[in-house]
Parts: sequence; C-alpha cells; structure tokens
Amino acid sequence: MQYLAKHYKKALVLTLPFLLAACGDDDTREVIVEVEVPAEIPDPVPVSYDVTVTNLTNGQPVSPPAVVLHSEGTLWEVGAVASVELERIAEVGDSAEFLMLGDASAGGTGPITPGDSQTISVSINDITDANLTIAAMLGNTNDAFTGINSYSLANLEVGATYTTTRPAYDAGTEANTESAATVPGPAANGEGFSPSRDDTGFISMHPGVVSADDGLSSSALTVEHKFDNPVIRIQITRTE
Amino acid sequence: MKRLNKISAAALLAFASQQSFAADITVEIQNLSHGIYITPIAAVAHTTDASLFEVGEAASTEIQMLAEGGNLDGITTIGTSIGADMIVNPAGGLLAPGMTTSADLMTTGDNTVLSVVAMIVPSNDAFIGLDNWEIPADAGTYTVYVNAYDAGTEANDEIRGGGEPGTPGMPVPPPLEDMVGTGGSGVAGADTNAAVHIHRGTIGDDSLTDGASDLNNTVHRWLNPVAKVTVTVR
Repeated sequence: MQYLAKHYKKALVLTLPFLLAACGDDDTREVIVEVEVPAEIPDPVPVSYDVTVTNLTNGQPVSPPAVVLHSEGTLWEVGAVASVELERIAEVGDSAEFLMLGDASAGGTGPITPGDSQTISVSINDITDANLTIAAMLGNTNDAFTGINSYSLANLEVGATYTTTRPAYDAGTEANTESAATVPGPAANGEGFSPSRDDTGFISMHPGVVSADDGLSSSALTVEHKFDNPVIRIQITRTE
Repeated sequence: MKRLNKISAAALLAFASQQSFAADITVEIQNLSHGIYITPIAAVAHTTDASLFEVGEAASTEIQMLAEGGNLDGITTIGTSIGADMIVNPAGGLLAPGMTTSADLMTTGDNTVLSVVAMIVPSNDAFIGLDNWEIPADAGTYTVYVNAYDAGTEANDEIRGGGEPGTPGMPVPPPLEDMVGTGGSGVAGADTNAAVHIHRGTIGDDSLTDGASDLNNTVHRWLNPVAKVTVTVR
C-alpha cells in the first residue's frame, strides 16, 4: 500500500507588538496565526524479502507459490472455510486471484519440481511488520496445498533469515478421489478448478494420498506420489 | 504459529513470588485432521513427578481404557488421586474434524505441567497425547502441535468391535456409523511395539463391505500433527 503522507506542520507565527492607532497609549496585542505548511513527503523506503521454496516431496510438483504481504487477519486457516481464491490454488495451482489479496504480492515463475527450489522476491514500501502468507498446490492431488499462514515479519532484521518446514493441507473443497478426471497434475492431467464443493468444507491437515499401489484401485496416483509431512521448506530473507 | 505476548516481567515475577505456582490458563484444543474425530478430552495440570503416559513404556490400564474406548474415568480417577487440576470433556462429546473447544483452568500448588489425552476415532487404540508440557510462567499464548500415538495395547485390525479394554476391534460411535464399513477381514495382528509409540496411521481400503479394513482409505487416514493445543497464560 502506498504510504500517503498527510502531514501538515503547524507554524506558530507571533506577531510583533504594534500600536493601535485609535488609542494613544502603548496598548499591544499578540496574535497567533496558524499557517499550514505541507510537510516534505519522505521518499518511500523499500522493504524487500527473498522467499525460497524447496520442494521436499518425491513426486508432487509444487505450483508457482503465491507470496502475499498483508497487514492483519488470515488469508487461510485450518478449521476455516477456504476462499475461492485459495480454492483456485488448491485445485489447479492458479494463484492469479490470490495474488490480488493483501498489500503486496509476488508469484512464482513456474512449478517447482521435486527436489528443486525457487526464489521469489517481494517488496513493500515502509512497512516492516507485515504478515507473510504463502500458498501453493501439490499438483498431483485433488486439493492439497502447502504454505504458511500470516507469519509476522516484524522481528526479521535486514540480512536475517527465517527457515521453516511446512506440512500439506487439504482445502476441503474437492473430495480426495485421486481419479484421473480430477487430478490436474502431470500424473493425470485431469480437471482443474471446479466451483462445486463436495468435501468437508473446511481447511484441515491433509491425510496424504492413498494411490493405486496402496489400496485405492480408482486412483490415478502411484506410490511415487505419496508424501509425508513436511512437504516444503521455506526460507525468508529480508534483503533491504 | 507461536505468539508470545510478554508483559512486564517484573510485575509477573512479583506476582509469581506471592502466588507460588498458581496459574490462570485457558486450554484450547483444535482437531486439525481431515476425517478423524476426537473423543472426550482430559486436560490435566499436575506435578512434574506424575505422568499419564510415556513413549517407550507400556500404557497404563487407564490409558488403555482411554485409547481403546474413549473412556475418561480411569484418567480422572488418577487425576483426583494426584491432586491434579482438570478440564474434563470440554467439547461435551466428540470433537469433529476442524472444530475447536476450550476451557479455563486455575492451577494450584505445584501443578506446573499440562498433559492432554483423548482417543481418536475410528481407530483401535490411537490417542492424542501431550505429555508433561511445562506451563510457562510468562503470560502469553503458546501453541503446541500434537501427534497421534498408538497405545500398543490392541491389534490394529481396523474392523468393528468394542471399546472395552481387551475387546478387539474399533468402537464406532453414532456419528461415524455410516462412514465406517463392515465385513473387513482384519488388517493386522498385535502391535510389534507394545509400548506407547507414534501411530503408524490407519490403512483403510476402498470397499465399505469387504476388503481387509472397515475404514475408508480416502477419509480415515491421517498425517501428523492431528491436533493443536493453544494455551493462554494470564
């Protein structure tokens, strides 16, 4: 959010004593006049972060992560109903709408393949205590995503790095059928976002994928796509 | 995320010195899982020399009652006998996936650590456990993520049965009746590890009428953590 300087300096102007012509004596008055002088608008100071996401899974591409800086509240939370913006990430990896949330944001350049990393830079002016939220889909699932919810950057100094590993969440918007028709990732190339919701209706921890190899005969997934927590590592470095 | 709201340490120390270890806390428990229910919960503040369970050691009869059938009676009897301060069944029954329950607790004397236990269903003898977590002296809000343990007392056969200690099979309380299948042949025999250990998870299958398990493999599996305990110290 652009920092809007709306300052006015109140200048006190003290008039010199003066003689009142009508009276012959030395009657003097002090008059205070308020003058509004626009303050100088300070140059915005950029506050920037490098966010590196590493895919820790064996066979789950991580969709281009959405990195959003915001002031308060949460953009997603376990136990809460997923927003449509989050649902679009969790069901197909489309972060365009999610990136419109918050005060500043940046999206990944492409999917992060297993074992790979990607660094995303995000900047905001003047604000050093923003909250950071990240969301990205695990591509070979119905609606699994990972990320971090409203991490406060207030104590992250320039040059400092915060590292954390994150688990898989379930958006609760699409049943975990793992069918070829419903998994959009390269394992199945099925349907992506669907506005209908046919699962629990709230965000939870993800129970993991079952796969055809582990007893779900209708699954398009194999043992290659199974995962355990955590599924990604996030490193946040404040660069300026 | 852990939030620390530190208030004046000096004022707090002064308070602590007058009140020994008494703490005014709120304990909130959230079910983080996708499809697993939590049976009535016991949150117990007790002395450091007591323990409701220990990983790597055999479960007590009372933990067995809890983990196999969700029965809190044994735990509350222990709690009373050791002079613990307890929150018992704050959700008034099952805590459904995604749901949160909380209650206030005033600790007394040397009851400086918190343990939280409850069975998770459907399972044979799985339970959530927080073991002797030290209640912080500083006011603030503290978050602990809790894993699922296996009591090690019953074979994880994943078929319908009873909740009495020693009765094989899983208890199936009413809300789960339609979600749990029938006709499973049984998944596994007695646990290799008969001590309390991290639960390996359920396996389930994709048939509600036969197969090895009565559980649904797209609904009743879980990955840790399965619960979040948030303690607010005032």
